[in-house]
Amino acid sequence: MIVRISGEGQFKIPDQDGERLNELDNRAVSAVEQGDEAGFRELFHQMLELISADGNALPDDELVESDVIVPPRDISFEEAKGEFTGEGLIPD
Amino acid sequence: MPGLAGRMSTVIKSKISRLLDRAEDPGETLDYGYQKQVELLQNVKKGVADVVTSKKRLQMQTQKYEQQIVKLDTQARQALSQGREDLARAALERKAVIQGELQSLDTQVKELEAQQQALTENEKKLRTKVEAFRTKKEVIKAQYSAAEAQVQISEAAHGVGEQMADVGLAIQRAEDKTEQMKARAGAVEELEAAGTFEDLTALGEGQDDIDRELAQLGAGAQVDDELAKMKAEIGSGGGDAPALGEGKEGA
Repeated sequence: MIVRISGEGQFKIPDQDGERLNELDNRAVSAVEQGDEAGFRELFHQMLELISADGNALPDDELVESDVIVPPRDISFEEAKGEFTGEGLIPD
Repeated sequence: MPGLAGRMSTVIKSKISRLLDRAEDPGETLDYGYQKQVELLQNVKKGVADVVTSKKRLQMQTQKYEQQIVKLDTQARQALSQGREDLARAALERKAVIQGELQSLDTQVKELEAQQQALTENEKKLRTKVEAFRTKKEVIKAQYSAAEAQVQISEAAHGVGEQMADVGLAIQRAEDKTEQMKARAGAVEELEAAGTFEDLTALGEGQDDIDRELAQLGAGAQVDDELAKMKAEIGSGGGDAPALGEGKEGA
């Protein structure tokens, strides 16, 4: 499957990693909901580790959509609590 | 995925659909899509340039803080050598506040620097993807009917759109960050202006709101220690003139 780390790029990871990633992601969300910043950091770090350990970066000229988009590496706890709903440079 | 990644994916994907929905006539999708990409690429370039400019401005702000710190330190020494411990304390309290601000600004500028590098990298990726789309578009135009082309190009368009939306989001985050920093820098400047420190006598006898605020923020062990150290230095120096040595601008 194709995973994007927001702000970095796309990686191809083995399909079986998807489930593990999903599990870590869900646990990261409950950490956020419980206000457990250290727990969130650790789980999010594990997600990124999994992607970089098993994944291969896609070439820049590859035009495919990602199956999953992971938040940016430097996401703050505040941002993790909120939503990424900004308009950015792409007009709605 | 309902988690963080799920939320992130939803936001980006909805951006892409909005982006792609605008091409209504299937026959025009290819050229329109490319034209739109080139247009948005310009926005992205400008966005990255804006972030760089903001960062430079914030770096200038740190220099200003550094100067203010030197100045307040000099003023504290002057005040102390004239036996005005109250004024020296006030100056040191201000200095402590500005030092705190300087530290946090420094950290944030470094973070912004990293964001900027990532942005530049991603803008390059986007440019490569837009170019790849152009090539693909020409190939598809030559080989497929309009209906077939629509299917063929959809995946490619989503690939470019995703990169586009992602860079856009990164720029927005960097901009939000510089806005926050600018707001903080402005607040400190206001503090500084409201209790103008150009002339020591301007501080007068009574404390104003700013002084009380500064005292709350900055007073404490740090100021006490520094005051004691300064006193010792001045004491051992003997006169009142040597205390002015460190400052660049005497009052």
